[in-house]
Amino acid sequence: MQIYVCVKHVPDTAANIKIAGENGYNDSTCKFIANPYDEYAIEAAVQLVEKQGGEVVIVTVGPEAALATMRGAMAMGAHRGILVKVDGQFLDSDITSQALKAAIEKDGAPDLILMGKGAVDTEGFQTQYRLAAAMNLPVINEVLKLTVDGGKAVAEREIGAGSREVLEAPTPCVLGATKGLNEPRYPKFPDIMKAKKKAVQQFTLADLGIDAAGAKSELLKLEPVPERSGAKILEGSTRDRVVELVRILREEEKVL
Amino acid sequence: MANIGVLIEIEGGELKATNFGVITAASEQGKNDVYAIVMEGAAEAVKDQLSAYGAGKIVAADADGLAASPDLQAAVLGAAIQEYSLVGLVGLASARGRDVFARLAAAQGLPMAADCVAVDFAAKTVQKSHFSGKTVATIRLDAEVVLATIRPNAIEPVNAPVEAEVLQFAPAVSGPGRVSIVEAKLSGSDKMDLTEAGVIITGGRPIGSAENYKILEECAAALGSAAVGASRAAVDAGFAPHSMQVGQTGKTVSPKLYIGCGLSGSVQHFAGMKTSKVIVAINTDKDAPIFEKCDYGIIGDLFEVVPALTEALKEK
Ligand SMILES: Cc1cc2nc3c(=O)[nH]c(=O)nc-3n(C[C@H](O)[C@H](O)[C@H](O)COP(=O)(O)OP(=O)(O)OC[C@H]3O[C@@H](n4cnc5c(N)ncnc54)[C@H](O)[C@@H]3O)c2cc1C
Repeated sequence: MQIYVCVKHVPDTAANIKIAGENGYNDSTCKFIANPYDEYAIEAAVQLVEKQGGEVVIVTVGPEAALATMRGAMAMGAHRGILVKVDGQFLDSDITSQALKAAIEKDGAPDLILMGKGAVDTEGFQTQYRLAAAMNLPVINEVLKLTVDGGKAVAEREIGAGSREVLEAPTPCVLGATKGLNEPRYPKFPDIMKAKKKAVQQFTLADLGIDAAGAKSELLKLEPVPERSGAKILEGSTRDRVVELVRILREEEKVL
Repeated sequence: MANIGVLIEIEGGELKATNFGVITAASEQGKNDVYAIVMEGAAEAVKDQLSAYGAGKIVAADADGLAASPDLQAAVLGAAIQEYSLVGLVGLASARGRDVFARLAAAQGLPMAADCVAVDFAAKTVQKSHFSGKTVATIRLDAEVVLATIRPNAIEPVNAPVEAEVLQFAPAVSGPGRVSIVEAKLSGSDKMDLTEAGVIITGGRPIGSAENYKILEECAAALGSAAVGASRAAVDAGFAPHSMQVGQTGKTVSPKLYIGCGLSGSVQHFAGMKTSKVIVAINTDKDAPIFEKCDYGIIGDLFEVVPALTEALKEK
């Protein structure tokens, strides 16, 4: 099986995001990681190839610094990588999907394309679908259980309150992974060393014939969300405090 | 007057209450004509409920094999945009809404914004979270039609009754697509989905076992229509299923009231519930970070405070 896993290089979810200018942030001070949902995709791909044979290729659209994130993904068992280098902190998901498509098609014929269900930086939740549409492939997102066999992917996703639906699509297809699909492995030291030697091809958008100027969505403004200023701590006996809380919630906040 | 479409969600035969806030967003104080698109064949049945919030056109959409094909649902929405000259189409950022809107946007090459907390159709801008709720982004969607999903409960529904008519809509849409829903595995419980709930009470790691969630369920029952949530630490310890997890890698919720019991207040948990209207924390540690980020705090043992709260709620 030839599996491509799209991995995004994103700020750590715990990172402090300092706004810079109208629509940017200071990315030199925060730690970057592989998008957490993408780790479920990498793990799923590596497990499939361990069982059925084949190759796992990491595809990233991001800055040069994303190479470190790609090495981490390769330490989990992927075989090699392709980096499409872009400048700028935010790339329209349409352009990203064109870049992913061009990089994948230049490299080979996918049996499967895996990615996370969404990225934790821009929370756009659509690149999977755009890539699938561009490549004319079926897509299933938010997959938390998966079997791939006999030219068919069978996937489960949650539809609310613990209920799930089961979907089927012929392969090749695009699948977006979410928590529950597996437990991503922690790479061991020898795997980390080996990953340093794995091949990473690099392209620019221009190399792939893509024009980033065609974006249809524009980030006008990025603003910090103010934190609450600290709790009003209720005092007294347990009984007094819960009675006071109920009064506040009913009479002052009117949320009950 | 602009024509704005709303994808209505009916689940298990029930009209989701969170639809109303989306209609409110679409109507922009009565400025727009709202086309409520119903695919479940229940347009007549839900007409009065939808028109009470300002939907004047109830579109009864149908196509062969619609229920089993998310691609077909997206195609029907695309046809509705044409048919009714919609300049905006919104829906819930639910499992279904997230999926169908992304399919539609991809198929039509239109920009789309997911999980928005505000939409301005004339300016073609939306506001949405970036970076786990730490920042809010204003995004302009440069297209004839503004496509967006809206975070459930993020926009307060406003009662604004209008006269409504039902329009039958059976577009000629091609092919069912290659993805098919082959089975629904219903949990069988009557538990409310977290994203739908107006009140949520959540238990963190110190809850200690699956059985202990009972004290939160009792409190939820006393709170009225409340749902019970869990932190990732509690889910990973096996105390609760993932469907109950709130946060970065769980559900994003925006209830009126969120009561966190034994939660430290991690960034990742807050990513999923920061936009709640009122946040209450119950924690034994007076220095727990959650007290810096919530509205009301009770320093104490959840096993003592929660049952006491349940009792206090039961008294009128
Ligand atoms: C990529 C990533 C994604 C993540 N996604 C999520 C997510 O979606 N959701 C999520 O919740 N977490 C998520 N996390 C984990 C998160 O960082 C925290 O580890 C987790 O939220 C902590 O859970 P907790 O608050 O229940 O437990 P703890 O951090 O252990 O906190 C327990 C708190 O309870 C207090 N306490 C102890 N005993 C009692 C008692 N008897 N009564 C009252 N209070 C008591 C303690 O003082 C403490 O403050 C994620 C982490 C990463 C790295």
